[in-house]
Amino acid sequence: MSRGPESAQAQDPSRQHLSPTRSLDIDPLIEDPTTRIVVCCGSGGVGKTTTAAALGLRAAERGRKVVVLTIDPARRLAQSMGIDSLDNTPRRVKGVDDSAGGELHAMMLDMKRTFDEIVEAHSDPERASAILGNPFYQSLSAGFAGTQEYMAMEKLGQLRSRDEWDLIVVDTPPSRSALDFLDAPKRLGSFLDGKLIRVLLAPAKVGGRAGMKFLNVGMSMMTGALGKVLGGQLLKDVQTFVAAMDSMFGGFRTRADATYKLLQAPGTAFLVVAAPERDALREAAYFVERLAAERMPLAGLVLNRVHGSGADRLSAERALAAAENLEDSRIVDQEDGKAGVRNSPETYGSSDSPTSETAEADAERSVDRLTAGLLRLHAERMRLLSREQRTRDRFTALHPEVAVTEVAALPGDVHDLAGLRDIGDRLAAGRPELPETP
Amino acid sequence: MSRLQVVSGKGGTGKTTVAAALALALATEGKRTLLVEVEGRQGIAQLFETEALPYEERKIAVAPGGGEVYALAIDAEQALLDYLQMFYKLGSAGRALKKLGAIDFATTIAPGVRDVLLTGKACEAVRRKDRGGRFVYDYVVMDAPPTGRITRFLNVNDEVAGLAKIGPIHNQAQAVMRVLKSPETAVHLVTLLEEMPVQETADGIAELRSARLPVGRVMVNMVRPEVLDGPGLELAEAVPRSSIARALSSAGLGGARRGGHAERLVDPLLAQAEEYAERYTLETEQRAVLADLGVPLHELPLLAEGMDLAGLYALARELRGQDVS
Repeated sequence: MSRGPESAQAQDPSRQHLSPTRSLDIDPLIEDPTTRIVVCCGSGGVGKTTTAAALGLRAAERGRKVVVLTIDPARRLAQSMGIDSLDNTPRRVKGVDDSAGGELHAMMLDMKRTFDEIVEAHSDPERASAILGNPFYQSLSAGFAGTQEYMAMEKLGQLRSRDEWDLIVVDTPPSRSALDFLDAPKRLGSFLDGKLIRVLLAPAKVGGRAGMKFLNVGMSMMTGALGKVLGGQLLKDVQTFVAAMDSMFGGFRTRADATYKLLQAPGTAFLVVAAPERDALREAAYFVERLAAERMPLAGLVLNRVHGSGADRLSAERALAAAENLEDSRIVDQEDGKAGVRNSPETYGSSDSPTSETAEADAERSVDRLTAGLLRLHAERMRLLSREQRTRDRFTALHPEVAVTEVAALPGDVHDLAGLRDIGDRLAAGRPELPETP
Repeated sequence: MSRLQVVSGKGGTGKTTVAAALALALATEGKRTLLVEVEGRQGIAQLFETEALPYEERKIAVAPGGGEVYALAIDAEQALLDYLQMFYKLGSAGRALKKLGAIDFATTIAPGVRDVLLTGKACEAVRRKDRGGRFVYDYVVMDAPPTGRITRFLNVNDEVAGLAKIGPIHNQAQAVMRVLKSPETAVHLVTLLEEMPVQETADGIAELRSARLPVGRVMVNMVRPEVLDGPGLELAEAVPRSSIARALSSAGLGGARRGGHAERLVDPLLAQAEEYAERYTLETEQRAVLADLGVPLHELPLLAEGMDLAGLYALARELRGQDVS
């Protein structure tokens, strides 16, 4: 941990071609008071939540007042941060070093509750209870496509407008495609105040007005078709829901637009999180392109779970050859050993000497076996390294403009603040921590 | 053997790869399988190294023994328009609905409609017969949504049947549910020997069971070879460094004296062994958790050269060898 990136590279020039064109400096990013929002995105299973939590902790211990919004944290991580109860508001995390004057708050998103809160905040109690009791609403809010993404962005907007924190770190939902959270607000927003809504509302609104008769016929044909497909009751539920929500529609659209603009603002930084695996990096590349197209500010790529080796000058091939060598010589030794016992003059005189010699030979053999195992382990590691390197080089070739920081793979999961702190150090160091060399 | 094989798993566990390998494995001996993608990620096309799949069943691979693998990327919007066309001849009204955003609404926002269409299309392929009354596909393998959403995804028809109390969506939802809750279906979960995926697998199985959906197998993917076992790892802690240095030196890796090439390898190699030991312990714990689930377990090896077409066939062989097909 103490070794800086430069000294490590100087020590081992063979690794220099591994370095990305640009390295991402995490500390200046999270320490900069103008950085107000950091969004961690990427495909599922690459460590987004852990990265978001580690960044939040590091920023807090460097004096910032931080809130981390997580979507779906691992149970034990959530417990260790004290956010395993779903109350949908940020809680102060205990055990954070506040000597620099910072604070860490964290919360886990409860999307249904977030949706309910929006409804309650934007309508009178009677209307709110009509909406909350509507079966269509209940299904929609409990998590169909897009709702989670929308609610995450809604919550981000809420946290930002409370202005109690100077840095918000957001983890994005584990979507089928990592991009859904960008689209969902627009999609839901455009539905909620789009043409379709007006069609659905039409029977209630324009019904009975003679001048609108023609239009009304068109409308009822349309709702008839919808009714056929969705079933009459569902359509009625949708209509009731829509009618009850009518007063809020403008608000949905406005807030979705505001959140979208917030994401484009200079105080926002996107971090694309990936692991050095083909699929994850392909998704990351796609994300980088998409963020650029949406003019969202990308800070860089966090490459998690990168492997290193303190003995990377010993190639996989040589390590395997040496392992075989040791395993072969063990067989030869065995034969030699027996011959030695037979031929040695001393063995005839002493009774315990052969046993001790056999024991010694046994010990030597087991050391050889162990060493061969260590070498095979190393060969496996070196193969992994070169595979990771190939995948990453491909990304870097496609996107040389993207700054990269690497986080060394840990053998196990992160469960506590100490683990998060460790990840934070690794994030800031920007390259994998190698096993110690003397 | 269930004819609809649903493959789920936490993100990053390689469920698409396992689904594809399973489709290949099931296609032996002249069988025909359909590999279905429902999340629009074109993962199958990438895996089989072909161009993006259209919304159309097409042959993407030939399995050993003359079997065939077909693939289909289901597009919810197209599926809905097809469906409307088929049942209502809604040609122009369909277009009008699309213009209004109704199709977009139905396939992306309306509760469950999207999932009904996706599962419905897969079930239709399971039941489809040719003129001779023979099933068109012997097996349908679905690359399904991740573990966290799988029960809801498969069970959506129940929910929709409750929401849309009458009408074709209601009827279709019920028909789909009959297939999904029968022995015709098996839901497999792909995991890694790591804590979070194993936890999610356990949760997923509990959820599937309580929804009375048929749990199939647990496929442990990317299992690394056991290079050192328990006793070997204990020895690594006990042996003097100098002995290892001598062994390395005798294998031709340089001098064993202090500062020699072989001697300088000892610490990094032992550090790697320590990481391995830590992982080994965690993996042993996770294996025990998985063994307690009461579901058949299969292990698939980590492919040293990464995942490519050859690796896919190797995994398919492995699955056949383990009698999964």
